[in-house]
This record gives sequence, structure tokens and C-alpha cells, in this order.
Amino acid sequence: MLLHEKELRRQTFLEQWNLLSLSLPSILVIILIIIVPVGWLFYLSFTGKGGDFSLANYEKMITYKSYARVFMTTFQVSFLTTLVCILMGYPLAYFMAQLSDRMAAVCMLTVLLPFWTSLLVRTYAWLVLLQKKGILNDFAIEIGLWETPIKLVHNLTGTLIGMAHIMLPFLVLPLYGAMKRIEKDMTHAAANLGATPIQVFWKVFFPLSLPGLVAGSLIVFVLCLGFYVTPAVLGGGRVVMVATQITAILENQFNWGAASSLGVVLLASTLLILVLAARFLKLDQVLFGRH
Amino acid sequence: MPGPTTALPITIRGLTKKFGSLHALDSVDLDVKSGEFLTLLGPSGSGKTTLLMAIAGFNRPDSGSILFGEKEMILAPPHLREVGMVFQNYALFPHMSVAENVAFPLKLRKIAKAECEQRVEEALNTVQLSELGNRRIDQLSGGQRQRVALARAFVFQPRILLMDEPLSALDKKLREQMQIELKHLHRKLGVTTVYVTHDQREALTMSDRIAVINHGRLQQVDTPEVIYNQPANSFVADFIGESTMLPLKTEENNQLYFDHILVDSVPDQKSSQDWMLVVRPERLFPLSQESIDSDQHLIFKGKVIESVYQGETAFAQVSISEDHQLTVRFGTDASARKFLLEPGDSMELGLNRKDIILIPR
Repeated sequence: MLLHEKELRRQTFLEQWNLLSLSLPSILVIILIIIVPVGWLFYLSFTGKGGDFSLANYEKMITYKSYARVFMTTFQVSFLTTLVCILMGYPLAYFMAQLSDRMAAVCMLTVLLPFWTSLLVRTYAWLVLLQKKGILNDFAIEIGLWETPIKLVHNLTGTLIGMAHIMLPFLVLPLYGAMKRIEKDMTHAAANLGATPIQVFWKVFFPLSLPGLVAGSLIVFVLCLGFYVTPAVLGGGRVVMVATQITAILENQFNWGAASSLGVVLLASTLLILVLAARFLKLDQVLFGRH
Repeated sequence: MPGPTTALPITIRGLTKKFGSLHALDSVDLDVKSGEFLTLLGPSGSGKTTLLMAIAGFNRPDSGSILFGEKEMILAPPHLREVGMVFQNYALFPHMSVAENVAFPLKLRKIAKAECEQRVEEALNTVQLSELGNRRIDQLSGGQRQRVALARAFVFQPRILLMDEPLSALDKKLREQMQIELKHLHRKLGVTTVYVTHDQREALTMSDRIAVINHGRLQQVDTPEVIYNQPANSFVADFIGESTMLPLKTEENNQLYFDHILVDSVPDQKSSQDWMLVVRPERLFPLSQESIDSDQHLIFKGKVIESVYQGETAFAQVSISEDHQLTVRFGTDASARKFLLEPGDSMELGLNRKDIILIPR
């Protein structure tokens, strides 16, 4: 036995045990409110009416076209929302990255403001703004932009406007971080070597900001897949996404098995997207912004 | 080897740049000769980097003129200035390989693929990295990154090369090796080079001429020897090399005295200013028993405060009056070892009158 070997090893062990015990409450909570219910729903989705094992819920999903349409809508809305967020968020993040830290903080505050208001309030606020006799239509007709009220809500347009508004911070935050990490010298060096401002952007700045853009887009897309309130309110029943469908099944048919199977498929496809992203985009680089 | 290109001189006139009320550059006039290696030397915040950035076009001065050859460049955007630049942190593009980094300026100039490849290879050869073209940047060591940055800066044959403390991130050994290599490369390329550093030793090692800058003003522009042996003012004397400054008294007949020791006659009799004697530690020498010619030497008597052995040299701090002490640096060979005295011991120091440096107070 070497000098103090046993005691020193014991100290290391205790340190690790202390660390584990600190995270124990959160691990317990996760098991209790996520793992157990999800496991229960998973079990329900494979259970038939008589309580025996059955694939009936999943067979229904394949035979009825309406289910396919719901998934199509879900992916379509998520994709379009992500696209709108990119188109609005990239210039915004770029603008913020050029500002002084102080001004950038003020800007960030306005971007984050929606976070501090209730989701429901924000969604209904859009309803007030966008409806046929809403402020926007009234104002546009007043100044002569268009003559008859345009349908901006209870359809895809309204859903996209509301969702993009809510999702924008999730894109801007990682993107702004990635842009801030691009050293000024990078763009200086590119210009010095003969690149015009446009070439500097496309050949150096944009590729270096890409990890942040991918991370932000991924977060937005995945969050959109499970969205409920906004499409339900602003879509006016015309934009049926998976979460909306799940509620409908529970409210109308009280069919836990069918609802669960939808949830399971949604969860599985979300995980699949993350796994694919991890494989092709080197997710650790994307999420931690390493180059 | 991209072959010696025709170098361009740089002429800077009245260049002024203010940050708020602070003069980063205060009406700077500077001529960089065609093909020379000029170092901008100064402490941090002296304006040396601001000046370099103005030459590269990365900041917008308030007024002044920057000529490359005959051509006014002060309004030209950076991508049209055709100057190579090596950045302090190299600024290599992490999403490109070594070869792609070096090819970047060539591709922008729409140089044909075959020639592009050949020039990249030559440039990588010149910096001894020919094997590493396919490596990613994060697979390189600091010294290798330095070389890639260098290759990328000269591969498009700019006629002016700018370097912003390019060696500051390297460790001491590698830095000293790279100093010699850079000097070598400069001779090979023959390109006008402006080099920024705060390291006076680096400046002395590498430069044809040194421009000492402080508070946005040029203090002295001259060869390393003149800068070291005839500093123009106390800032230059203090910033470059070690020195002790002794205030002198002007007596009748225009003679300068330090504590009853006749130092010299006033160099510039028209001005009525006071003078100081600059003493370099290595120019002083400890005196043994044998007497020396006091006509040709100044002799200071004092008591040792501290003596320190540093390997290749040793130094002693000697108090020569109530308010003044001198530092003397001497070798550590067998004959000099006896000068490593205890604190409190008496010591006599000699200074050859030819080594007297006078500067205005």
C-alpha cells in the first residue's frame, strides 16, 4: 500500500458522490414527470380496446389519409416558420452583432420581451391585430393600401405570423452568439486579401456564422413540431397540427390509445431529426459553436 | 518563390486620428523607403497599431495623406489597397484548409487553377510547410499557423507587407527563431515591410529602421544603432534598452557636472535647457585596483546595494549619491567574478567618455 493511497482515492470518490447527490432531485423529477408518463402513454398506444396488445392505433394512422395530412401540415408549418425566422432573424442578429455591447443589450431586451409575456396573451394579441376588423386591416384601408379587409388570421398566414414571432428569439440567441465569436480580424483579413464586402460576407462571415444558424433553426423547427396554442387560436381550425389533433381526439373520442400513438410518432420523428442532425452536422459543434 | 516584386515606398503626411478627445495619431509624418523593413515601436496605446490599421485601411483617419508610391490611398477601401497583412492572432479562416487559406487571395484575383496551385505550393515551400497543405487550421501549432498567415500575406505578391505583432503569441525560443526567419524572408521578397511591436529587442533585431512612437507622435525614426546610441529624448532612452538617467548641472563656461564630476560641455550652446546623462548598464564597468585614465573616463564611486547573478551576465545596483544609483552589468567569466560583491561594499565604476549620451531634460 502506497502512502495515503486509500484515503486519497476515498476523497475522489466522495467528491463524485457529492456531485451526483446534488443532481439527484432533478433526476428524480425528470423520471417522475417525464419518463413515467411518457412510458405509460407509450404502453397505451400499443393497447387495444380490450386491453390486449394491438397495433390498431398505428394501422389507423396509415389507412386514414387525414392523419398523413396532419403530419404534413405539422412539418410544413414548422418548416415555413423556421424559414420566416431565418429571413427575419439573420439580418437582425447581424445588426446586433455590429452594435456596441450596450446597444446590443438594449436590442436583445426587445427581442426577449415576448419571452416574458404569456404565450396565450401574445397569441390573442395577434388575433386582435390581424382579424378582419382588426387594427392592421383598419389602418391599411385607412391609408389606402388595400380596399377590402384581407384575411390575415384563422389561416396559415396568421399561424405563421404568430409562430414566427414566438420563435424568433430561439433563432436569434444562438445566431447572435455565433456572430459575436467571429473575430473582427477575420473579416479584416478577408478584405485585406482582396475580398469585396459582399465576398467577405459570403466567403468568410456567413460560413463562420453557419453553426449558430443551424443550431437556431434546429431548435425552432423542433419546438414548432409540438406547438399547440398558436395554431389552434390563429389557425382557426384550418391549420391542424399534431398537437391540435391529439387534443381533438381526446376531447371528442376520449381515445387515449389513439392520442398516445400520435404523440409517440411525433416524439419519434423529432428524435429522428435530432439524430440525423447530430450525424450530418456534428451537433456538438453546432450547439457549442465550435468551428 | 514568388520572386522579388517591385517594392513601393509609403509616404504618410499629417495623419491624425482622434478617439474622443484622445489623439491616437497626432499629425504623423513618416516615410517608409522602398523595400525597407521599418518597425513601429511603442508601448500599448501609443498609436502604433492605429497607424498600421490606417495604412491597411481598417480605420478611417480624421485627416492626413497616405501615399503608396505616387498614389493617394487614404480613401481607398481595404480590398483595393493590395497590401499583405499578418495579424496578431493570425486570422486564418477556420473553415478552410491550409492550402485554401493561402489560395484565398489568388482565387479572388481569378488566377487560373494551375498557376494558383503552383503559387500556393511555392508559398508553402517558402515557409517550410509544403507537407501540410491539406491540414485543417486547428491541427496546426502556433508556429505553423504563423507561417500559414505569412504565406497567405505574400502569396499574391503585394508590394507592401504589414505585420501586427505577429510573433507575440509564440514562446520565447520560437519567437527568436522566427525573427531571424522573417528577416531572411524580407530580404528574399524585397517587399516594403511595416512591422508593429512593443518588444524593443525584437525591433532592434529585425529592423532596417525603427520608428519609436508614443502618445500618437513619432519620437525618433532611425537605424537601430542610432536609436540605441543617440536617443532623441528621455522616452526613447528609457523605452529602448536599460538606462539610468542622471540630471546634470550647467556651470559657468558651459560645462556640465554631476555631483562635482565634470561630464561634458553643453552640446547645444544656443538653448538654455537642462541636460541629462543617460548611462547604459553594459557601458559601465567595475574598476579593479589598477588605475585608469580619468581624462578618458568618468569615474563614479559608490556602495553596492544589491548584486545579482543571472548566468551569462551579472548586475549590481550601486548607490553613488543620496538620491541616485547606477546599475552596472558585467560578464561572469573568471576574471569578473570578483565584482559580485556583498551589499555595503564599496565599488568604483568607469564610463568611457565616448559612451556619454546626453539628452535634453
